[in-house]
Amino acid sequence: MNFTTAEEPAPPRDQPRLDLAVIAEMVAPGARVLDVGCGDGSLLQLLAQKKGVDGRGVELSQRGVNECVAKGLSVIQGDADTDLSDYPDDGFDYVILSQTLQATRRPRAALANMLRIGRRAIVSFPNFGYWRVRAQLALTGRMPVTGHLAAHWHDTPNIHLCTIRDFVELVDELGAHIERGAALDRAGAPIRFNAPWWVWNLFGEQAVFLLERGGKRT
Amino acid sequence: MLPNELFGISNAWEDRLSIVSETRPVQGGASAPKTVVFEPARPLLTDGGGRIAPLAIAYETYGTLNAERSNAILLCHALTGDQYAAGVHPVTGKPGWWEAMVGPGKPFDTDRYFLICSNVVGGCMGTTGPSSINPASGKPYGLDFPVVTIRDMVRAQAMLIDHLGIETLFCVAGGSMGGMQVLQWAASYPKRVFSAMPIATAAKHSAQNIALHEVGRQAVMADPDWRSGRYQEQGVRPEKGLAVARMSAHITYLSEAALQRKFGRKLQDRSAPTFSFDADFQVENYLRYQGLAFVERFDANSYLFVTRACDYFDLAADYGGSLAMAFKDIRTRFCVVSFTSDWLYPTTDSRAIVHALNAGGASVSFVEIESDKGHDAFLLHEPMFIATTRGFLDSAAAARGLAPHGNSK
Repeated sequence: MNFTTAEEPAPPRDQPRLDLAVIAEMVAPGARVLDVGCGDGSLLQLLAQKKGVDGRGVELSQRGVNECVAKGLSVIQGDADTDLSDYPDDGFDYVILSQTLQATRRPRAALANMLRIGRRAIVSFPNFGYWRVRAQLALTGRMPVTGHLAAHWHDTPNIHLCTIRDFVELVDELGAHIERGAALDRAGAPIRFNAPWWVWNLFGEQAVFLLERGGKRT
Repeated sequence: MLPNELFGISNAWEDRLSIVSETRPVQGGASAPKTVVFEPARPLLTDGGGRIAPLAIAYETYGTLNAERSNAILLCHALTGDQYAAGVHPVTGKPGWWEAMVGPGKPFDTDRYFLICSNVVGGCMGTTGPSSINPASGKPYGLDFPVVTIRDMVRAQAMLIDHLGIETLFCVAGGSMGGMQVLQWAASYPKRVFSAMPIATAAKHSAQNIALHEVGRQAVMADPDWRSGRYQEQGVRPEKGLAVARMSAHITYLSEAALQRKFGRKLQDRSAPTFSFDADFQVENYLRYQGLAFVERFDANSYLFVTRACDYFDLAADYGGSLAMAFKDIRTRFCVVSFTSDWLYPTTDSRAIVHALNAGGASVSFVEIESDKGHDAFLLHEPMFIATTRGFLDSAAAARGLAPHGNSK
């Protein structure tokens, strides 16, 4: 699998990607964070600067790992599908999977592992329920290609796309609890109004969720 | 020159210095070998219940120790390596074993760091080993030398580092058997190791590793000139056996792809097979050459001892079977490196180390470098490996507060 974050052009240094800013906002200061599919380490750097976190990363591409190590980040070359099982329970406060869930072979297992390794998980993913995606499929009869789903069906790394509604259902099945959620518009900014899920599912191009492991709620 | 003049060692070290001596042959110059001798009052007590005294440790240094003594890096050599990591090797006349990595402007930058490399205990380049004189008999130790472990090697290195007046090493780095020493350093002296680079190594020797070493040892012992390890007194050397050991080991350092690329089935200086047992194939000729070159510089009994040390290495066994416990709550920054075509210490071995470090909560980076050069890749010019090492050391140096270039001495 590939981590889609690694394939996007790097954002300007002083202006972090908006979805990363949304994720960073969900993390408590000084927390222990594992970023799975950390790409070139932008989010880990942002978290270190803004939140003073103790961050670690997992990244598949050798180039990404090298860039991270050169930046002084602790990053391991590995795969969200196979290498998360190596991590002990409760090793981290937050496990982040940014724009990668849809590219895993077994998204459910990856999510379950994340909630085992960390009490909280933050997941961002492209929403296949976005109205433009629906419209493309409905009107052209072809697999949608959008800004966040830029590859054609035959060469996309995104093998397990889902909608916000699908994702919420999976979270329920895993017995986890959604602490916060945000739908992001085309620019990657959070949609600034409260709306029922079905509205977000229609107008959010991406979604970010902060999940908490099932059981005791704090 | 006295060691305390060399290193400006404070009073706290004088007690220790009173029972060591530093020998330096008169020929002088920067390439003069350095040896510290720990007198019998400070023996090395080995894991196997042995006692090595006096203990000589031969070492080399490169670069300058800064005033804060915070820029020292210990380089740990592999099985048949020695203290000559850089510069010109005095016996072979060839560049040091880590020439690709050590020098001005290289990742282990001699303009920035103070690099120390010592010959392991049991070795044959000046540190006490089986070819040294046994004070009990006045003859070479031979097989009476205590069987040493990786931990014994590290204990001896720690004595040297104490002697040099260095409390915390900025980094301990090494590949293969050197990587085992790095892991042992981190486990034995976590507070003295700021950062660590175990490269192309394993936390324990596998059955295959032990089996390959045993082939080498049996080759040495099968040579009639080995004389139960007493060959020195009898004026002979088991060169044939040692050469065969080296030939078989050398194959394990290369990959199938590297052998194929280098030699394939090419013939040596002939256009057709001779239908004999001459070295018809280039690969045969190459291995014979490697064997012959090796016996020039290495002692057969030392080969038995250093291979044995690797075989006994099982770091987890010292911690109740849990490798994670060996690294519990460690603050050292790790960078673990493996190479894709290394089948002697494959990536799975490195991943086991990474797994344990993660479980212990350590700060760890791990890179598997794409290379078809086999286990030996860590000694060769591998741009991605060099870039990774440089990045890791630069960021660790920033965390340690080391000046970007040069040092404050």
